[in-house]
This record gives sequence, structure tokens and C-alpha cells, in this order.
Amino acid sequence: MTIYKDVLETIHMIEKENLDIRTTTMGISLLDCFGRDHKAASERVYDKITRLAEKLVETADEVGEDYGIKIVNKRISVTPIALAGANSTEEWLLYAKALDNAAKAVGVDIIGGFSALVQKGCTASDESFIEAVPYALAETDAMCSSINLGSTKSGINMDAVKRMGPLIKKTAYLTRESNSFGCAKFVAFANAVEDNPFMAGAFHGVGEAENVINVGVSGPGVVREALRGMDGASADEIAEKIKQTAFKITRAGQLVGREVSSRLGIPFGILDLSLAPTPAIGDSVAEILEAMGLERCGAHGSTAALAMLTDAVKKGGIMASGHVGGLSGAFIPVSEDNRMIAAAEEGCLTFDKLEAMTSVCSVGLDMIAIPGDTPEDTISAMIADEAAIGVINNKTTAVRVIPAYGMKAGDKVDWGGLFGSAPVMEVNRFSSSQFIQRGGRIPAPVHSFKN
Amino acid sequence: MKAIITVVGKDQVGIMYKVSGILNDKHVNIEDVTQTILQEYFTMIMVVKIDEAKAGFHEVDVALHEMAEKEGLSIHVQKEEIFDTMHKI
Repeated sequence: MTIYKDVLETIHMIEKENLDIRTTTMGISLLDCFGRDHKAASERVYDKITRLAEKLVETADEVGEDYGIKIVNKRISVTPIALAGANSTEEWLLYAKALDNAAKAVGVDIIGGFSALVQKGCTASDESFIEAVPYALAETDAMCSSINLGSTKSGINMDAVKRMGPLIKKTAYLTRESNSFGCAKFVAFANAVEDNPFMAGAFHGVGEAENVINVGVSGPGVVREALRGMDGASADEIAEKIKQTAFKITRAGQLVGREVSSRLGIPFGILDLSLAPTPAIGDSVAEILEAMGLERCGAHGSTAALAMLTDAVKKGGIMASGHVGGLSGAFIPVSEDNRMIAAAEEGCLTFDKLEAMTSVCSVGLDMIAIPGDTPEDTISAMIADEAAIGVINNKTTAVRVIPAYGMKAGDKVDWGGLFGSAPVMEVNRFSSSQFIQRGGRIPAPVHSFKN
Repeated sequence: MKAIITVVGKDQVGIMYKVSGILNDKHVNIEDVTQTILQEYFTMIMVVKIDEAKAGFHEVDVALHEMAEKEGLSIHVQKEEIFDTMHKI
């Protein structure tokens, strides 16, 4: 009879608890497209993406239907475009538009990879790329951008960090008509991973194969439900339960992901099990923390609860799939999680608490609206703090903040759809300017010298 | 290919008849059935074998769903593979 219990549990997970495959992301190498003539190169980029991803959406939908588990997003990640070696904003925009148009032509939701890897230093071409990012974000719809600014091996490139504040503020200004939405498509990373299927930070690393399918599975609702009825259980019992649940979710994702990859004839890369919330009711990471016994997400104890959650999710995932990669863990994007929005509105969840939580979640400061008049150097300093957490702790960290143009603390910004809405959060008003303006590099930490 | 069909709905005359009728039309063999009434709700789980040369998974799924909608039942058809991967190591 146990099989029948299992059957009902699976049906329940899919129907009631939002178990879904969050994304199948096709990684495409563009290294063979680049060349001196950027117009011709951008055309080759468009052609290659539309050729390889032609059947992605259709196939993913078919597989989702066959297995009764919906594949919510279909996405593409490409080789970091900064490697194209262009030298002016006009040239970079050719690539941005090629990506955006290709994404629209094949019908994917988002394309990622308008990215640069400058963890140790910037080339002349990288410098012009950073200059072009705000314009590229403003003039495209489906394209996401990211820049890796530091790594445990190389330290933090503070010259590049210094330029992030102006980049983000300019993007906020150029996209002011849409509540500075451009900033929601840009991530500043430390220790960026090359096979992450989740946006906005996905790109197809240079160490990756020609073409690969990576799968991102989610399901905070399933974990939340698994904890129902566990009142009074000890921390290790909860951790065990989360681990078992993560195992099941990952197995479902692995099955569906492998099927998509085999039907498309493209190798399966990795599976990323990340509890990624959406604004839908019951699809919240904060709610899991609350189910563990916190009155609100953000109360003291939230960091410990999140640490346990992230770790248990990783353990369950590793056991369930041969190739676990990407970010795997728990995301805490404020605007995309209705319980986090509520906690922020009630003043329980603050910017500083979020920073502490990012030291144990799988990414970083994510989808946080801050006042439109936040100084550029303050934004760069937030990024420096976050990069330091990542570099010292050997983990990926990211910053996706939106200085919403013309808004002040307490206002509410609404981007709609998956991106949700967020209260504008108060940030520290004291200046970090002199520190940021120094530039240079923060040396790699002592524990990086393992060779 | 093996699939698992779950049927839940307010108990009424002929649920089993309607479901098995459709399966018969589509040449689907019923290998195992368990059925019970939970607080007035008819609940049934079937393990079936679909002969894909005669009717594909999708076709069976659509036919059952059309009937389910008409009769006010909730029916799910899923490949057995998914339960195996999720619940067996």
C-alpha cells in the first residue's frame, strides 16, 4: 500500500503545492561567432541562437505535458558577451539587440549572458562594456546582464566595484518610466557559477561545452507543506524532513530535465535545486522560515533557520542527481516572495538583516528596492560588502538592488508578474565614498592558497 | 508504458464504469485497482498499461479529462516513472 501513499503525495505536490520545473535553460557557446567585424559577429550570434534553440520551447512544453509537471520558464544562457571584444557602446548594442531579438524569435522568456568576468581586472574592452550595460538594459526587454567582480581565488576588483554604483543608477534613470525595472535585469556577482540556470545571473561559462541543457527546480511550497504538522519537532528532525523532500523534488526535476535533453539531442548539464519563491501565495521561502517557528521572516533566528534550510536542500539535492550544480540552495528575493514583502512592510525584515541572511543563502541581496536618491558610492559599497561575504566564505553572492527613480523609503514599487512588488527599504545614510573611491583590489583571502 | 490514474470525486453511480469504459476504448489494460470512499468522496488509484501502438499517453489523458470535466471528477494520469524516481532510491 505504500505506493498509493506515494502516488497521492506526488499528485498533491504538483496540484496543491506548486511543485514545478522552474526553468530549462539552454546554454549556448558563442565563442565561434565572435570576430573583428561586430555587425557580422552579432548576426552570427542571432543565427546560432535561433538555430539551436528553435525547438526548445515546444519540446519543453511537450515534456511538461507528458509528465504532468509544468516547465514554467524556458530560457537561454550564452557565453559572456564581453568576450566579443567590442570597444564602443554602439558595438555592444549590436550584440544586446541580437540577443534580445533571438530570444523573442524562439519564444523564450529571458536570455542571459550579457556578462563580463572582471574578478581580477578589466581589459579595455571590458571598460567599454561596463559603460554600455545601462543602455543595453534600457533598449532590450528579454535580456539580462551580470558582471563578476570578485572570486575567492582572485580577491575583489574594487576598480570595477566602484563603477557599479554609477552603472546601476544610470540604468535606474534610463528605465525610470518602468519603475527602474532595468536594474532588476542586472546582477553584480562574486564567485559567479558558470552553469547557473536561474536568471538574471545565468551565463554559459567559457569552460562549458558547445551546447547544454541545465534545469532549475523549485518548490518552496512543497517544503512548507512537508513541515506542516511538525510542531514541536527538533531542529534535526526538521532538517531531515527538508532533506527528504528536496530529494523527491530533485528526482522529479532530473527525470524531466533528462527527457528534455534527450528529445533535443543536447547533453544534460546540471540540475540546480533552488527554492526560488514567486509572488504566488504558498510559494514562499519566508513562509518556510515562519513554519519553523519564527513569528516573521527577519526576526532573530532567521539566519540560523535559513542556514539549516539551505544546507538540507543541498544535501537532498546532491543525493538525488548525478550532476548538481548552479546555485542550489534557497533564494531570498524580497519582491518575489509575498511573506518577505509583508515582513519588510512591517519593519521586521531590514536591509541589514537581509545582508546577514545572504551569508547563508545560496545567492545574495536580491530584488531589493532602495531609495532613488541612494548615492552611487553607497550602492558600490553594498556590492563590496556582499562580494566580501562571498569571497571569504567560498560562496556565490550577488547584488540585485533597484534604486527606484524618484521613490523614497516606505513607497511601494510594483513591477508585476514574476518580479512582484517591493517596499522601498531604508539604507544606511552615512557615506562610504572615500573607501569606494580608493579603487584597487582587495587581495585574495589566505585560505584561497590551496595549491 | 505504465501509468497511474487517480480519480477523486463526489460518490455517484457509474464512476468506475465510465473510467473503465474509456480505458477499454483506448485499449488500456487495468493491472491493479484500489478504491475507497473517504467521507463521501470516491477515491481510486489504478495502475494501467497503455499500448502506445493503439492509443498514446496524451490521447488517453485527454479522453479521461473530457469525461472528468463533464462528471465533475478530478482525474490525474501520470507516467509510473515519475513515482518511481521520486520515491525509490
